[in-house]
Amino acid sequence: MKLSGAEIVMECLVREGVETIFGYPGGATMPMLDAMLNYPIRHVLTRHEQGAAFAADGYARSSGKVGVAMATSGPGATNLVTGITTAMMDSSPVVFITGQVHSTLIGGDAFQETDVTGITLPITKHNYLVTSAEELAEVIREAFYIARSGRPGPVLIDICKDAQIEKVEFEYPEEEVCLPGYQPPTHATPASLEAAVKLIKEAKRPVILAGHGVLMSGAMSELYTFAEKTQTPVALTLLGLGSFPAGHPYNLGMMGMHGTAHSNLAIQNADLILAFGMRFDDRVTGTLRTYAPRAKKIHVDIDASEFNKNVTIDVALLGDLRAILADLNPKLETMDHQEWLQKIQTWVQESNDRDILYWENSDKLHAAHVIHDFWQQSRGEAIVTTGVGQHQMWTAQYYRQEKPYQLITSGGAGSMGFGMPSALGAWFAHKDREIWAIEGDGSFQMSLNELATLTQENANVKILVINNRYLGMVRQWQEFFFDKRYAATPITGPDFVKLAEAYGIPAVAVSERGQIKNALDFAHNTPGPVLVEFKVEQEDCVYPMVPTGAALDEMLLRPSLVRV
Amino acid sequence: MQHTLIAKVENIPGVLNRVASLFRRRNFNIDSLNVGRSENPKVSRMTIVIDNNAVDAAKVQSNLYKLVNVIDVQDVTNQPVVSRDLALIKVAATAEKRHEITNLANIFRANVIDVGTDSVIIEITGTVDKIESLMELLRPFGILEMVTTGQVAMLRGKSNGTSPNGHH
Ligand SMILES: Cc1ncc(C[n+]2csc(CCOP(=O)(O)OP(=O)(O)O)c2C)c(N)n1
Ligand SMILES: [Mg+2]
Repeated sequence: MKLSGAEIVMECLVREGVETIFGYPGGATMPMLDAMLNYPIRHVLTRHEQGAAFAADGYARSSGKVGVAMATSGPGATNLVTGITTAMMDSSPVVFITGQVHSTLIGGDAFQETDVTGITLPITKHNYLVTSAEELAEVIREAFYIARSGRPGPVLIDICKDAQIEKVEFEYPEEEVCLPGYQPPTHATPASLEAAVKLIKEAKRPVILAGHGVLMSGAMSELYTFAEKTQTPVALTLLGLGSFPAGHPYNLGMMGMHGTAHSNLAIQNADLILAFGMRFDDRVTGTLRTYAPRAKKIHVDIDASEFNKNVTIDVALLGDLRAILADLNPKLETMDHQEWLQKIQTWVQESNDRDILYWENSDKLHAAHVIHDFWQQSRGEAIVTTGVGQHQMWTAQYYRQEKPYQLITSGGAGSMGFGMPSALGAWFAHKDREIWAIEGDGSFQMSLNELATLTQENANVKILVINNRYLGMVRQWQEFFFDKRYAATPITGPDFVKLAEAYGIPAVAVSERGQIKNALDFAHNTPGPVLVEFKVEQEDCVYPMVPTGAALDEMLLRPSLVRV
Repeated sequence: MQHTLIAKVENIPGVLNRVASLFRRRNFNIDSLNVGRSENPKVSRMTIVIDNNAVDAAKVQSNLYKLVNVIDVQDVTNQPVVSRDLALIKVAATAEKRHEITNLANIFRANVIDVGTDSVIIEITGTVDKIESLMELLRPFGILEMVTTGQVAMLRGKSNGTSPNGHH
């Protein structure tokens, strides 16, 4: 049967299980958008291509499926760039489809021609330029396979307009994708497993560092078994939150720059680090010179280039985390680390003593309290997305993650503007649920335009704005390291309630802790999008904080307040 | 110490760009990079020489594996390998000096492949050291121009240059 390239794209997308595409139209994608009308694929129109990219990413992270975003050539494609790099840094499986000018015009600076594969080469897992309809079926299948397998990541397909229009014989290639240069590893070698077992048996003070890899390989129950069997406490990276239940006594919470003091102390005093699907990012290690100085290190990762990249390790286990833990667990006997766990417990006590949650209610509204109350009221069951900044860290600290895939946040790239669009994406993957975007006033103003998308789609996305009238995280650094010289960080905003209402979105503002419950109830009980603005204490800081260049246990701790 | 890597890559447009972009992005400085055909028309072969003091060969290798179009990478540094570089050297040569230069070339089993009124072009194949030695001797005559292909390398014996366990 002869089909146009655009129809072939749709045939292939349907076979990949794609139901929703987030995008923005333009001349170079018109044939595909036109073809889409005849297929069971929904195009969700965002108000900016960056929003489409973030939405596809949020869809992917919350569902484990590949997200898809589409944009036209030139500025449409370049508007995706921040979204692509965000997906790349966090290994999120997203396929980006861009339209390109006619293949015969390439290289001639035609209207809206941009070297999109060139621009995105270093920020995609792989990319393709398609110049004829014949290549499409193969390329699309490969793109989805590459995006979701191994270490997942974004794949971009740039499709020339003539390749979309051209009609060719279509036959779906049914056999499995086979790429000679791409075979993701699964099981680690027996020798490396033995070496790991030996170190685990010798350890007296082990700590597990659980990263995004746990969630991506679906190794939650294997991790649970490992931790229980070996009595090993678990510290989590920002993107690892949810991979081990927050309420478990072995859970130390988040590690790193704004991690819990006790997790950082545990790491610095450990004699064995078990790094499971994490990459020793500078935000979790502090200075490398003094990082976990007494610990042997076992690193499990599916990407060999992560080994010894930042931290020198003793044993590398290359493969799929879930397969490796499943191989490892039966080789281990039940272990007893009570002494170590008790030592950590004394640090936990010290952390609690300084935790703002346990301090007397001040007359000010603290963001940490807002998020804590929201967590309690939603029983920790909401899918939560964030912008970037203090509110993001408070969300990580106080919206405790009992279950996987409920926290969606830009970690590696730290892209402001991610919150609301990614919540929209998550909603398309979970239409039966409530999605909450926790936004800073600065971050929110980077994606405000997507309010219209929420309205148009009547998405059940609730927006919780933490308004401190500052680019708070940068202001915090200025407070600590730049003599409180607040350059470029005071920020005004619109009347958020009126703004939301202008988009047809019900909204309320809260300035006292006592009003939180009603406001959240209102949001919960009102169908469709709702905005709640929290006018919080302006100059609050996220604690603990490991200053850049400091050792992980050299933390700035919250100064003492008066205790209840 | 210098490390030599042999990479087999898919022979499709843009692969060299991907490899070069990777080196730039990861800040890997390389000594030489040669790209050419292989026994398989679908596969190109790269010989990459790096200074292991400046970049870790294992890092280069594991990063190359991340490229979908890279089929196989092997560090042949400590293996029985023959490696050759080809250089063209243009030397200033008046009629009187021509004979002397030709003699030198002969000692190195190099060929004089072009003779002009006041210069000659010498072609030499060999290890980098051998080429360096000839250059040393030619320098007093005046080297006008020179170009090398970069090293190519091949394992001795039966092996076809693919790592024993294939792609890891
Ligand atoms: C696109 C982008 N630009 C700049 C930054 C740098 N940055 C990190 S946090 C931050 C402040 C964020 O302010 P806001 O969203 O109000 O959050 P708050 O810290 O006040 O909670 C800035 C500017 C960034 N992460 N992303
Ligand atoms: Mg703010």
